Amino acid sequence: MKVAYWPGCVSRGFTPELHGAMAKVAPLLDIELLELDRAACCGAGVIAEHNQELADTLNARTFALAQQTDGELMMNICSTCQGSMSECQERLDASSDYRRHINGNLGDEGLRYARGVVNKNLAWLLVEEIGLDELRSRVKRPLENLKVGPFYGCYIVRPTERLGIDSANPRDTYLHRIIEALGGTVIDYAGAYKCCGFPIITMNKEASLKQAGRHLSDAVDADADCLVTPCPLCHLNLDLQQPLAERVVGREIGMPVLHLPQLLGLALGLDPGELGLARHVVKPTSVIDWSNAVVGAAAG
Amino acid sequence: MPAYTLKIRRYLPESGDAPHWQDFEVELDGHRSVLEGILKVKGEQDGSVGIRCSCRAAICGSCAVRINGKPMLACNTHLEHAAERSADDGAIVVEPMGNMPVIKDLIVDMDAVHWKKIERVTPWLLPEGDPPEREYVVPHENMVDITQSMACIQCGACVSDCLSMEVDPLFIGPAALAKAYRFVGDPRDGQHYERLKDLAEDPHGIYDCTHCFNCIDACPKGVAPMSQIMRLRRIAGSDHGIDDRNNGHRHVMAFVENIERNGLLHEADLLPDSYGGKFHPRAVPELVDSLPVVVRGLMRRKVTPRKALLHPHRKDYKGLRRLFEKVEGREERVELNLYISGHEDDPAEAEKEAQP
Repeated sequence: MKVAYWPGCVSRGFTPELHGAMAKVAPLLDIELLELDRAACCGAGVIAEHNQELADTLNARTFALAQQTDGELMMNICSTCQGSMSECQERLDASSDYRRHINGNLGDEGLRYARGVVNKNLAWLLVEEIGLDELRSRVKRPLENLKVGPFYGCYIVRPTERLGIDSANPRDTYLHRIIEALGGTVIDYAGAYKCCGFPIITMNKEASLKQAGRHLSDAVDADADCLVTPCPLCHLNLDLQQPLAERVVGREIGMPVLHLPQLLGLALGLDPGELGLARHVVKPTSVIDWSNAVVGAAAG
Repeated sequence: MPAYTLKIRRYLPESGDAPHWQDFEVELDGHRSVLEGILKVKGEQDGSVGIRCSCRAAICGSCAVRINGKPMLACNTHLEHAAERSADDGAIVVEPMGNMPVIKDLIVDMDAVHWKKIERVTPWLLPEGDPPEREYVVPHENMVDITQSMACIQCGACVSDCLSMEVDPLFIGPAALAKAYRFVGDPRDGQHYERLKDLAEDPHGIYDCTHCFNCIDACPKGVAPMSQIMRLRRIAGSDHGIDDRNNGHRHVMAFVENIERNGLLHEADLLPDSYGGKFHPRAVPELVDSLPVVVRGLMRRKVTPRKALLHPHRKDYKGLRRLFEKVEGREERVELNLYISGHEDDPAEAEKEAQP
C-alpha cells in the first residue's frame, strides 16, 4: 500500500536510526513511502502552548501536503506527532469556519486542507491495515524467547477519545499484540503507559530523569530483555539519557530500547547493523543473540 | 442475579501489617455501581472495609478510587462495565487513589495533598477597584469558558494519577492548576499577572507538567486540567511575557523560533537556546552537564558534527517564515475552544468539501 509518510523531526535528527530502519522495513511489508519532505514540525504540543493557530496551521499544511499525494492514508512513526496532530485535527475537523480561516494561512503556498485526513501511526497501520496475521506470515526470524516490554508513552494512548481508542480499536494494546505476532514474549511492568519525562527535561531535569529511570528500572525488575517504543522522544530520554537516569535513580540499568521499526526489522530477517542498533547508547547487540531466532541474553 | 468479585486492597497503617488483597463476592445487577457493591460488602460481610462516600450521584466527589488501575468515581461505574475491563480474571480490582497517603483501605488523606495544593493557588476572586453598583457583568463566552474548570468536584482523580507528582510530590498538580485557571480566565479577577507570575516562577508550578494527559482521561467531569495548564502557560508566556526561572517560557520560544528558522526541529540548538543561548551564564553549567550525552551521541553516530552545526533541511522551508509572520503578527491570538463551540461542523459543508 502507498502511504503519505511523515517521519517527524527527531527520526531525522537525534534518532536517525529510526528513519533508516523504517525505510528498510517498508518494502518487506509492501508499504510504499511517499515522504512528505516539505512538511514542517508538528509542534510537539509546544508550539500550541505558545500559539494554537500556529500549530494548527503547520499541521493543516502537512495534512494538505499528504492529501496532494496518491497515498491511501498518512502514516507517521512518532507518537508525539500522532498526538499533537490528532489534537490539531480535532479542532480543524470540528468547524468549517475555523478550517476556512486556517486554510487562509495556507493560500500563499496554494495548499488547502479538506476535512477528514486519516493519519495513522505505524503501530495502528500494522494492526488495522496490514493485519497481524499477514505480519505473522512474513516473520523470518521469530523473536523467540525475547522478552520485550512495550513502552507506549503518552501521546499515542491519551486522551483515549481523541485517539480513537475503543473496544473496536483497542489501540492501547497494539504494541503487546505486535510483539506477540513477531514471536516475542510481552513483559508487563509498571511503566508501560507512563511518561518518559522528556517534555520537562529542560525545566525539571531531576523529575524528568527520575521518570525515565523508574520505568527502565521497573522493566529490569520485570526481567525484560529490552523495551520497544513507537516514540523517538521517549527514546531520547530512555536511551540517550539512560546513563544520567542511572545516576538519578542510583542503580545500573543497561536496558536496551528499540524503535518499533527495528523490532519489526529483526523479525522480518534484517541484519541488526542495517537497522542501526549499534547507534544506540545502550547497545542491544550486547544482550541479544542474533542467530536464526532472536533470543534474549538470559534465555540464550 | 449475577455475582461479581471485588478484589479490594486492604490497609490500616497503624496496624503495622502490610497492605493485602481481599476478595469479596457480591450478587447485584450489573447496572448497579461499584460503590453499591462495596457498601454491600460492608453491610453484609465485613463492616471494617473503609470507603468514603456521600451523594452516590457523581457530584460530591467523595468516592474516587482506582478501579482496575484507573481512577474513577465508584458511584458512577457500573459493575458490569468494571468486570468487562478486568485484567484479573473478571475480578474488579479496587484500590485507593495514588499520590496521597492511605488513611484506611480505600480512604486517602485528601487534606495532606489535594486540599493543601488547592489552597496554594489562592482559590478565591481578587477583584480590583471599587465594586460595581450592581452586579459584575461577565461576557457570556468568558463565563462558559471558566465553567469547565468550575465543573471540578474535587474528587482527586487527576491528582491520583498525575505522573509528574509521582516523581515530584511538590508539583502543584492538575486539580489546583485547573482551579488557578478558573480565576485567571475570570475577567472580574484583578490579579491575573500576579497569579501567573507566581505559578510560573514556582519550580513546581505550571512548567512542571509533563503533558502526559492522564488528568484529562481521569477527570469524571471533563475539566481537562492539562488543557487548562497549557492555557496558563500560553497566557503567562505569550500574553504577559513572563520569563520564568525554570526556563519554561524560554524553552517554548526557543522551540518556536527553531521551527521558524529550520522547518524541522534542530535539536542541537534547542538545548542551549532554552537556557538563553550557548554563551548565557545560565546555559554553561547545563551544557557542561550535557556534554557526556552529546559525546555519546557523536560516538554512536547519532549526530555528525556537520549535522550539529548545519541543518540539512533549512533550504526547503523558505515559505514558512511568511506563514509564521502572518500568524504571529495578529493583534489577538485566534483560538478555537471546543468546550465553548462544541463540534459544530455543518455536515453538508463537510460533504461538499469531500467532493474533488
